Amino acid sequence: MSAAPQKAKAGAEKIKVIVDAVVPLNDLVTRFEFKRRDGGAFPTFSGGAHTVVEMQDGDITRLNPYSLMSDPSDTSKYCISVRRDDEGRGGSLFMHRNVKVGDEMTLTYPVNLFSLDLRAKKHVFLAGGIGITPFKAMIAQLERLNGNWELHYACRSEALATYAADLTEHYPNNVHIYYDDQKQAIDLDGLLAGQPLGTHIYICGPAGMINWVHNTAEAAGWPSDNVHSEEFLAPQPGKPFQVRLCKSDKVIEVGEHESLLEAIERAGVEAPFLCRGGACGQCETDVVEFDGEFIHRDHWLEPEDHESGKKIMPCVSRFIGKSLVLDR
Amino acid sequence: MTIQFNNETFRDDYSFKNSDRAIARFPFPFHEDSYMYSVNMEQHRGGPEGSVYEMRFDVDEHYVSEMQDRAIVLDQDPLRCQSLPHMTLAGWDLLELIMVSKSEDYPDLFELHRDGNTWRWINKPMGIDDTFTFMDESTLPYGPMEYITRQAQGDFAVLDQRDDMLWMDAGMVTTQADWSLDFDIGMNFFEWHAPVPKAHEMGIFKRALKFLLNVQQGAPARRLNWTMTVNPLLDTSPENYHKWGVQKTELTPENIGSKQHLRVELQTFFRLPRSNALVFPIRCYLIAFQDIVRTPKWGRRLHRVIRDLPEELATYKGFIDNRPMMLDYLGQFDDGLPTSPGVWPDKDTEPALHK
Repeated sequence: MSAAPQKAKAGAEKIKVIVDAVVPLNDLVTRFEFKRRDGGAFPTFSGGAHTVVEMQDGDITRLNPYSLMSDPSDTSKYCISVRRDDEGRGGSLFMHRNVKVGDEMTLTYPVNLFSLDLRAKKHVFLAGGIGITPFKAMIAQLERLNGNWELHYACRSEALATYAADLTEHYPNNVHIYYDDQKQAIDLDGLLAGQPLGTHIYICGPAGMINWVHNTAEAAGWPSDNVHSEEFLAPQPGKPFQVRLCKSDKVIEVGEHESLLEAIERAGVEAPFLCRGGACGQCETDVVEFDGEFIHRDHWLEPEDHESGKKIMPCVSRFIGKSLVLDR
Repeated sequence: MTIQFNNETFRDDYSFKNSDRAIARFPFPFHEDSYMYSVNMEQHRGGPEGSVYEMRFDVDEHYVSEMQDRAIVLDQDPLRCQSLPHMTLAGWDLLELIMVSKSEDYPDLFELHRDGNTWRWINKPMGIDDTFTFMDESTLPYGPMEYITRQAQGDFAVLDQRDDMLWMDAGMVTTQADWSLDFDIGMNFFEWHAPVPKAHEMGIFKRALKFLLNVQQGAPARRLNWTMTVNPLLDTSPENYHKWGVQKTELTPENIGSKQHLRVELQTFFRLPRSNALVFPIRCYLIAFQDIVRTPKWGRRLHRVIRDLPEELATYKGFIDNRPMMLDYLGQFDDGLPTSPGVWPDKDTEPALHK
């Protein structure tokens, strides 16, 4: 329409940062604090937002999303807390083993796929393990707005209860901790039954916990719009496969430990993305033809899209079979 | 840059006029000799120097008079500005966005001094110098959205985002092309677009919604829309249709050049940081037919677009009855010569009218 139509860039805007602090919290979780390299202020964000951290691991560029967990109104720094995943593809291991104070890194602008419903009369947070991180920012935001909230946080043990002591100390009346090794569990039926009208529930944790809360709330008659969840999927390793990208006229190999999206990027083909975790829909790609079977793992496409064989989310989904041609 | 602000009206005696500079920078919306809907989004990251695309919020010679017109509309109908209770945070986001953008983009006209949450805002064209506490509504004469949009040209729809949908939950709407905030408040994206013909079948709104849900912080977007208005009226609202609708019948072959205006909306989209809401400023630019045709390319092209526009669109845009008269007028400025691609006037290369 106007003078110079600019092509949309892949991913969100980027911010160049320097690692300002590395704070081990327990055996598994370490907090990383970032300052801007230009000394300026970070953009304010909304609780529940994440940033994608770019890691230069030798020849490999890793892009992992992490929830921003600092106080959103503190524009002097951004913080993330990373749980070490010894079985994963290496992003969290790289953060734990290689990232040191003073390192230069790149983050994306905040993207929120898990925001508060500001109409809620009350916010109930259900966290499992490292799923506590988005709630740290949401709580800071709600405290500023005099919001009504409570947190139910399930952890494996006291030793691995990231931020539990800190939260309990600051908000003794709002925070409830449950330790698996002490056989404590959230009484979900009782919790749901006692909520006033206009309550919204937010879940961040393992898939099993998310499904449990959704199913229990639905059975108890909760409107689905009042139950919110976020689960970042990490791409899973799988058998290597070959893909033809017809627009860019390239044939690429997707390795065992990389995602289809990463393989596309490695081939120098620009592909849109935001969350890299199967949730935002940005990387949705049309399938031109295929002979084989898809392993769909995203939360974005509808079941009928999955069955149609016409769409794939290359950030988390894979393929097994003879041939796959994508419109990219 | 210094702007000479016009003293003009958008009602009664209609003393509104565009200077030569305003005509030259008018956002002509047609990039080719025909028009059909499209999502036509691009990033809103500046544009050619002096163009309406250059700044985040364009301030032009009509600023002060437009704000006076808005105050009159609000005085007569306070429901033109509404904000549902959960949208106050988005109002603060918008206040910050506009104050920061204007003070950075027009430092000679606007100043923002921040000391923690104590903010001092100086708006020189409107003679405002207020000190207030950010996020404390009691320190402003209006709610944050109303306060800042009484000082910013264009309408503002502030859309809440939840459940993969956008909701018209707040806005300041006094310069609209025949839609009503009071009617649309609380509606979702598909509901408030329901009256638009053809576009639903074309899948336009599904694609547009998908795009808008993914507008991210730091990456605003923009597009143009257009319609036709008889007399330079900013307030063509359904609420006041009884006042302005009848004016469409007052068009004559003698007065059409000065009375008939092309109305172009520069629509921009910004993700708001604290609320995760989306603000949708809709900035209205008016230009008389007689001023458009001074640019030969625009005269030729406007004639062809209006001539070939599908009937449903001419009906929806409200000028089907006047279309024959418009074509008689515009036809004088179309000699059939080809036009160059794109919206820009191309004054140096476009041939003069051969008629």
